[in-house]
This record gives sequence, C-alpha cells and structure tokens, in this order.
Amino acid sequence: MAYFLVRRLGSLIITLGVATVVIFAVLEIVPGDPALMMLGVNANEENLAALREQMGLHLPPTTRYWNWVSGLIVGDFGTSYTYSVPVAELIGERLWVSLPLAVLALLLSTVIAIPVGAFAAARRGRGGDAGVMGLTQLGIAIPNFWFALLLVYVFAITFRVVPAGGFPGWQAGFWTALTSLVLPAIALALPQAAILSRVTRSALLETLGEDYIRTARAKGLSRSAVLWRHALTNALIPVFTILGLQFAFLLAGTIIIENVFYLPGLGRLIFQAITQRDLIVVESVVVLLVATVIVINFIVDIAYAWVDPRLRAGSR
Amino acid sequence: MSLDGPALAPAPERENWRHFAAKAMGNRSFVIGGLITAIVAAMALGSYGWTPHDVTDLDVASRLKKPSNLFWFGTDHFGRDIFSMIMVGARNSIAVALIAVGIGVVIGVPLGTLAAARRGAVDEVLMRFNDLVFAFPALLSAVMITAIFGPGAVNAIIAIGIFNIPVFARVARGAALAIWPREFIMAAQVAGKGMIRITIEHILPNIANILLVQATIQFSLGILAEAGLSYVGLGTQPPWPSWGRMLFEAQTMMSFAPHMAIFPGLAIVITVLGLNLLGDGLRDVLDPRLRRER
Repeated sequence: MAYFLVRRLGSLIITLGVATVVIFAVLEIVPGDPALMMLGVNANEENLAALREQMGLHLPPTTRYWNWVSGLIVGDFGTSYTYSVPVAELIGERLWVSLPLAVLALLLSTVIAIPVGAFAAARRGRGGDAGVMGLTQLGIAIPNFWFALLLVYVFAITFRVVPAGGFPGWQAGFWTALTSLVLPAIALALPQAAILSRVTRSALLETLGEDYIRTARAKGLSRSAVLWRHALTNALIPVFTILGLQFAFLLAGTIIIENVFYLPGLGRLIFQAITQRDLIVVESVVVLLVATVIVINFIVDIAYAWVDPRLRAGSR
Repeated sequence: MSLDGPALAPAPERENWRHFAAKAMGNRSFVIGGLITAIVAAMALGSYGWTPHDVTDLDVASRLKKPSNLFWFGTDHFGRDIFSMIMVGARNSIAVALIAVGIGVVIGVPLGTLAAARRGAVDEVLMRFNDLVFAFPALLSAVMITAIFGPGAVNAIIAIGIFNIPVFARVARGAALAIWPREFIMAAQVAGKGMIRITIEHILPNIANILLVQATIQFSLGILAEAGLSYVGLGTQPPWPSWGRMLFEAQTMMSFAPHMAIFPGLAIVITVLGLNLLGDGLRDVLDPRLRRER
C-alpha cells in the first residue's frame, strides 16, 4: 500500500504540475493586453509601462509562471485586474455559492439514484425495470439548463413557491438561502441521477450474480435482505467511483446553471472575468476546478485500492 | 485455427451485411433511435430547400404568437417562426457535433492504435496525456477555449473536438490491445507485415464497430455541449439560429412565452435520445459481447 500511495502521489503531483503549465501557456497566447484593458485605449505609454511593471507583466514568462505557481501553493492567487482585490478573496466568496450547490446536487442525485437503481435491479427484465431504464434514458438526454428553465416556469412563475433566481446570501438566513439553491440543485442533479441509477443497477446486477449471493439466499435470507444488505454494500464501490467523478462535473456544471438562476458563484465569476479580460481570475478559477478534479480522482483511486487490495498490484 | 485455408477468413461481405440488417431490424432501440435520427437529419437537410417561414424574416406584427396552424411552434420576440428556426438549428447542431466527432476520430484513433502497437514509453506518455485532458471538465475547457479565441461555431467545434480526442484514443487503444494477441495478427507478423500495415489492414477493421458505437455516443454529447455553449453565448452567434441560443433568448420571456423555451429544448432532448438509443442498439447488434448495462 505504501508503494502504491507513493507512486500515485508522484503522478498526482506531476499531473497537477503539467495542468498548471497548460493553463498558463494557453492564457499566455490570449490576444489583448490586460494593462491596456484596465487603463483604456487612451492611456499614455508611460502609465501603461508603469502598470505592466506593477502587474509583473514585464517579467519573462518563466518567471511569471514560477511566481504564479509558488503563489498558488501558499494560497496567494494574485490580484484581480478589474476588481483590484485578491483573487483568493473573490473565489472564496463565490465558492460559498458554488460549493453548497454542487454538494446539494450530489446529495440529491445519490438519494434518488441508489434506491431507483436498486428498484430496477430487483425487477430486472420486468415492467418496473423497463420503465426506470426508459426514464433514465430520457434523463440523460435532457440538457440541465433546459430542465432548469422548465423548473423555473413551473415552481417559480406558475406556483411561486421558490424564487426564480438570485441569491440573498447566507447572512439572509440559512433556509432563505437554501431555498434559492433548491431549483438549481434539482436541475443539476437530474441528469447525474439518471447516469448514477444506471451504474447502480448494473453494479447490483453484477453482484447479484455472485456465488455468495446464492449462498445468502440458500441459507434462507429474504430477497430484500440479500439485495439491500449483501448486494448493495458490495455494489457501492463502482457507484462511489462515479460519484467522485460526478462531483467534479457538477462543480463545472454549476458554471452554466448559475447563469440560468443568476447565482453569484464561480460560474458567473468566470464569465464576468472572461468578458473583462481579467485573465488572472479566469486562470485561478480554472486551476481550482481542474485541481479539484485531479485530487478527487486521486482520492477515489486511493479509496479504491484501500477497499480492494487487488488493485494495488496492477499498474493502475 | 485450421491449417488448411486462410486463418480466420472473414465471411463474405454481402452475407455480413444481410446478417447485420436482419439483426438490426429486430432491435427495438436501433429501430426507434435510427428513425428519430433519420427524421432530425431529414429536417436539417430539408431546411436547405424549404422551411415553413423564412428564419431571417423579422415580423414584429406577429411576434410572440402562440403555436397555431400558421406558426406550428409559435413565434419568438422578433416574430420569427420557431419551427423553421428549429429546422435550420438542426443543421448547426449536427454540423458542430459531427465535425467534433471527426476531430476526435482523426486524431484520437491513430494515437490510440499507436499506443497499443508500440506499448512501453509511447503508451505511457500518451495515456498520461489522456488523463490530463480528462482532468479538464469538458465544459470548462470549452468555456476557456471559446473565451480565448472568441465565441463562434468554429471555436465551439474545436473545443468539443479536443475533448473527443482522448475519448477515442482510449477506446481505440483498449480495443486494439485486445486484438493484438490474436492468432491472425501473429500470422500477419510472421508474413512480414509491419506495425503500421497490420494496424491499418487488421486492427482497424476489427475495432471499427466499437469506434462506431463510441462515435454515436460522442455525437449526442456533442449536441448537448454545443447547446450548452450557445446557451451561454459562446457557441453559434446570431443571427444564425441555434437550439442553445434560442433557449437563451427564451429565458427572459419564460413568464409570457414559455413555448419559446419548450420547443427548442424538446428538439435537443429528442435528438439526443434518438442518438443514444441508436448507439445502444448498434452496440447490441454489432457485437453482443460488448453488450453491457449502461
């Protein structure tokens, strides 16, 4: 296990390193001078040069990359070009919207998907199974932002039970804030729940075919006891792998959903930063999300190997 | 492997085809998915010759009309016919997704088969690179690319296409690795064929089925991705109709013209559903061994 851990840790660090190089390099070739962006086209050459120096733009790219990465490690993301506040502060603020949203969506999707998948697996080949599988096909095909619009129409415009958009902030009270995250979370969770129920179902069907399940049945356990206690616990490993991956996608998915509901999260931040050419903000948000994906994959890998020793021996 | 006759001679081409057709027609997913896909494709192609109304025709007098005999799906805030816009938008969705799949196949498949053929360091480097691209959530990289190079259909294609490359590389590599140890490959090696020739003559025809199934899946994901990018304003630009953009424009009119949002969304759902069913059906028909519960 120790050897496995060290090797995976090594590859984690390399992947993170390469990812930062890629992101830095891509944003390096972006047309447009941030200093010119800040001061406007009428700025004189002297001020521009001074600002570039202040922003460190006169340094060679390698130095700037190094400064940026060493800053990231200690949590210093630099200063936003347009807001003139530390990027870490901006992100921290927005994270309090995006992160709870992603977590809520993940919870919803798990709570829906596992029983639904188990239900379908228990009725394999019968009407209930076919119905559930048909619904999940539909769920996968629905774009989450369209589903979000329909939710707004039904629950915010027609029945007026939740706000159509905006976010009052957590200081407005926990429940008030939470209600404005409910619709976005449902919209995000639906397609993920569809995928996850399919994974749960197929993982369950696989374990239900194992010998120990037959043994459990033979010793007189009821069908449902076997399904929920023996099969499901074993089937959860692939389900958790997908969950780990889905969290990353949910976090990225908030980018679009936040636009539907006018939520001041990371997604809105990145779009504002893009239109204002505030590259350091774009860079930081992208790095944060990509690093989250890489680290979650790493944790899933480790957890997997911890649960299943056979995986430690393999090359991956 | 028998000693007389060529090693694992493939069945005659026509026989194969008839067998495929018979099996395909018996597969419900394939038939329904194929039918939906054909209808969407026909609408897209048909829009070049005929649409109920002109999509560039701004008619303020008939704006925000509810669905009727004259305007089947109603009109938008500029008085444009939504049904016609969906027809023209289909072209756009199909073109973007199809070219993006093309990029994935043309770059990803050679990389994947090369990794499978060479193994060792080449394989390791390519697969690590793959992992790296996978670490960028598709949507995020698409947003970044379109943000940098400017919004538009072409950049949307590139953004979606880049994400397709590792998908096809991984699938091609996995499938090719399973073919390499087979007897007929050894026979080809003994016959003196080189790595590239074996890949082209023997590996590719044997992994084509799997790649086709993957292409269908990526095609449907591409349509969803294009809609998402256009929705946030980074995809297809006006006045060219696009399903995602139509949804964006519908958003502010939700309370009094919900039909503006309902129909383009349904178009996306039906198209994606059709392609997914087609992909599932194809997988069952082409290779029963691949059949797995998604």
